[in-house]
Amino acid sequence: MSEAQDYKYIGQRTIRPDGYDKVTGRANYAADLALPNMIWGKVLRSPHAHAKIKSIDTSAAEAHPDVFAVATHADIPNQRNPGALNILAKDKALYHGHAVAAVAARTEQAAEEALGLIKVDYEVLTPVMNLDDAMAPNAPLIHDQLFTNGLPEKPSKPSNVASRMEMSKGDIEAGFKEADIVIEREFRTPTVHQGYIEPHACTVRYDADGQSMIWCSTQGHFDVRGSTANMLNIEHSKLKVIASEIGGGFGGKTTVYIEPVAMILSRKSGRPVKIQMDRDEVFKGSGPASATRNKVKIGARKDGTITAMEAHLYYESGAFPGAAPLGPGCMTIFTPYDVENQYVEGFDVVVNKPKVAAYRAPGAPQSEFACEMVINELADELGIDPIDFRLKNAAKEDTQTLYGPKLKAVGLVECLEAAKSSPHYQSALEQGVGRGVAAGFWFNIGGVSSVIINMNPDGTGTVLEGSPDIGGSRASMQMMAAEELQLPIETFTTIIPDTAHLAHNDTTGGSRTTFATGMAVIEAAADVVRQFKERAAAVWNVTPEQVQWTDGVAINANGEDKMTAAEICANAGRTGGQITGRGNINARGAGPSFGVHIADIKVDRETGKADVVRYTAIQDAGKAIHPSYVEGQYQGGAAQGIGWSMNEEYIYNKDGLLENPGFLDYRIPLASDLPMIETIIVEVPNSFHPYGVRGVGETGIIPPLAACGTAVSKSIGIRMTELPLSPPRILKAIQEAS
Amino acid sequence: MSKSHITTTINGDVREFLCDPSDTLLSVLRDNLGLTGTKEGCGTGDCGACSVTVNGRLVCSCLVLGVEAEGAEIGTVEGIGSSDKLHVIQQKFLEHAALQCGICTPGLIVSTKALLEENPNPTEDEARYYLAGNLCRCTGYDKIIRAVLDSAETLRGAA
Amino acid sequence: MATTVIFSSELQKFTHEAQTQVSATNYRGLVAEIVARYGDLEEDVILEMAVAIDGEIVHDPMLETIRPGSEVHFLYRISGG
Repeated sequence: MSEAQDYKYIGQRTIRPDGYDKVTGRANYAADLALPNMIWGKVLRSPHAHAKIKSIDTSAAEAHPDVFAVATHADIPNQRNPGALNILAKDKALYHGHAVAAVAARTEQAAEEALGLIKVDYEVLTPVMNLDDAMAPNAPLIHDQLFTNGLPEKPSKPSNVASRMEMSKGDIEAGFKEADIVIEREFRTPTVHQGYIEPHACTVRYDADGQSMIWCSTQGHFDVRGSTANMLNIEHSKLKVIASEIGGGFGGKTTVYIEPVAMILSRKSGRPVKIQMDRDEVFKGSGPASATRNKVKIGARKDGTITAMEAHLYYESGAFPGAAPLGPGCMTIFTPYDVENQYVEGFDVVVNKPKVAAYRAPGAPQSEFACEMVINELADELGIDPIDFRLKNAAKEDTQTLYGPKLKAVGLVECLEAAKSSPHYQSALEQGVGRGVAAGFWFNIGGVSSVIINMNPDGTGTVLEGSPDIGGSRASMQMMAAEELQLPIETFTTIIPDTAHLAHNDTTGGSRTTFATGMAVIEAAADVVRQFKERAAAVWNVTPEQVQWTDGVAINANGEDKMTAAEICANAGRTGGQITGRGNINARGAGPSFGVHIADIKVDRETGKADVVRYTAIQDAGKAIHPSYVEGQYQGGAAQGIGWSMNEEYIYNKDGLLENPGFLDYRIPLASDLPMIETIIVEVPNSFHPYGVRGVGETGIIPPLAACGTAVSKSIGIRMTELPLSPPRILKAIQEAS
Repeated sequence: MSKSHITTTINGDVREFLCDPSDTLLSVLRDNLGLTGTKEGCGTGDCGACSVTVNGRLVCSCLVLGVEAEGAEIGTVEGIGSSDKLHVIQQKFLEHAALQCGICTPGLIVSTKALLEENPNPTEDEARYYLAGNLCRCTGYDKIIRAVLDSAETLRGAA
Repeated sequence: MATTVIFSSELQKFTHEAQTQVSATNYRGLVAEIVARYGDLEEDVILEMAVAIDGEIVHDPMLETIRPGSEVHFLYRISGG
């Protein structure tokens, strides 16, 4: 349905049902569970960025009176599991902080003490810490059998380049020949961390006879079960994973780190084991996002028509080949533009840093930053307003994408128009303030969701869904169930049960939850409606087709009879048993979400400090189920993107050791760093969703990089090409220019 | 190492506990007393998730030792309101959708209460600087600041 | 009416043309038809990809039916954060 429709429940700003527990401190997160007889696990991490592990001697640790178990890579039952090398290192430590061994002891302090008793004999190797060094002719090899995939000819020698990919459409050479102006620039982005406030933690209990269990903070407890069960050779039916409340993830909690280690320790010790990472372990040992070096070349005619777009992208993968989100980087970069001739080449490169993990629209912020910076420079050179320049070339329905299909109805033009007429864009700029605009595109995904709605004898319903609620999704599920059944929102309680009580669900990620799990809720609710009609029909002795479900009441089309949900449910035992609606789907038809951001930034030319003085985020939600939490996604994405632009970066010393593994030195935005973040929700319905929903979670992190990059550049009159735009970098640029 | 016996008042209740001299107030609250509403985000005083009050003063409980609680009055999120009787600040956080994942929320509620007791009528800037020690990675702070300013207005009206 | 299959630049390395027509009315028939047509195109390469049928992205298309006259694209599977 693409025309506007009146909804009774969705689109309201309700109070989220889990909110009460969260404002009172009752909600239980990963580190909040203690079990009887529980002991504490701690992980020993490599003090070197790159080193051979010649031997590990754990005997002294094992002899410690408070130690119950010690684990190394050799204790991982399934040695063929591809993820096991990052869980505990085998022959080589591949980054500073790589897990090497673990102990479980009576107290956390004793475990910490015992770590010091483990003797690891390292042969320290030269670390490879950035793209330039990794690709230098005689670079030390991180993996001596890594041969680049995807080259026209199979390479004869190993290298640090894991793979190359290429995408094109049209005729790139011809496109540049048509151009009156061509701009080519190279950009760099740093290694950044997702920065969730809750460190990874888990409490596990191994039970050889029956159910083993894991309590942890994750975006996907079914995937935790899958990975851990595989690594430990446990059947899925014997491993129950309970998703605690999750204190932020942003892609970084889509994988396992400590859960299999804790399970091994629990198996060896026969006791429940709790592991919680310290903040510095989170920075050193869990997923950052790729640092990149990206070259973009774009040509346009004098009238503002873009004729050709070309990019060469280099993404760090961390120490594990193929981990970089290079595919999405290549696929997203030029999607906002309806331009016939496009070419993208990309490389996945290994370095001695942690294995990169997903981070909100993985891969897209880096590549789109480079594209959007060049677009803004072209607009300046052509003397065209940057929004008008984008409008002239904007992707819309039927635009052929570089990555595959033609777009269906999308909201980029609507976002650009909303940006142009926004109070922010219409406002005058103060002296010294620079303004930047940028667009962003993310696909969004669908995937597997399994939902059960149990109707209770009093007519209330319990929605069981399997997507950990990372930002208010319980509320949207409750609202969609209410909408479909036309019953008040409070009728429904949303619960995210453990892996034993629901069929598999894909991880919360890819902006899929409200879209895909929401679709499963709608399907389960429709299943309930179908059964309501059958039950009412049976009582009235008519066919189900003669029963209508209207405004939450069954109506007999052949008479005056009416039956409420509560009446049907109270009577369910006598009409065939209790009523359960089921929605087990693999959702398809995810609709892309485009966004446009506007940033105003003022730079203090004395110190190089840049302040974001005004910011607006505009994005297409398709249909906003809960507008407050949609705005929250826009604002949160913007804040993370601003952090990426302005402050955040991993700083390594010459030995490849991370120097800023804490919130004091890895500085995410504070309340005092940001202005209010104005939002505009654009709604161009996704034609493949019953309410028109598009995922909204990820797009918002993309535009800030170039919006801020451009705003800083304009404020100081120097085109900046490397993030973050931290005070020292800005100051240096100002000093070099004068 | 022998443990110290500490007697303290937490949210108005007299509590006793044993702790090592090196235990932080945070770990005592969470691991000894089961008050897990106070969260650990960093352990180094940088994130504010463990904010509590000690004798009315706002502190990071990860930077205070358990033994320092002797004879003190400790205030944690558990003492602020319950789900059937929320404090105005808690109600406003819900109404403004000022939380997403919620891990920073207990610390922010404690800090906001301390802010509004010190300064019942803060400007936006004053609120932002007072709360600069409470990191939130989800919201971009916009809805938090609105909830704080709205709480202030409501509390002033009630006073 | 035939269905149009459009090949990305990567798949064109195997197919040596940008698009083709097929008569298959389901996904498995379509894959069989194009694998038979292009000797260089390995079935595994295709089976690893998602498809878009008239713009609707389907990650696991095994049982998809395809209406005559549709436009089908193959694309990399996408995940997210």
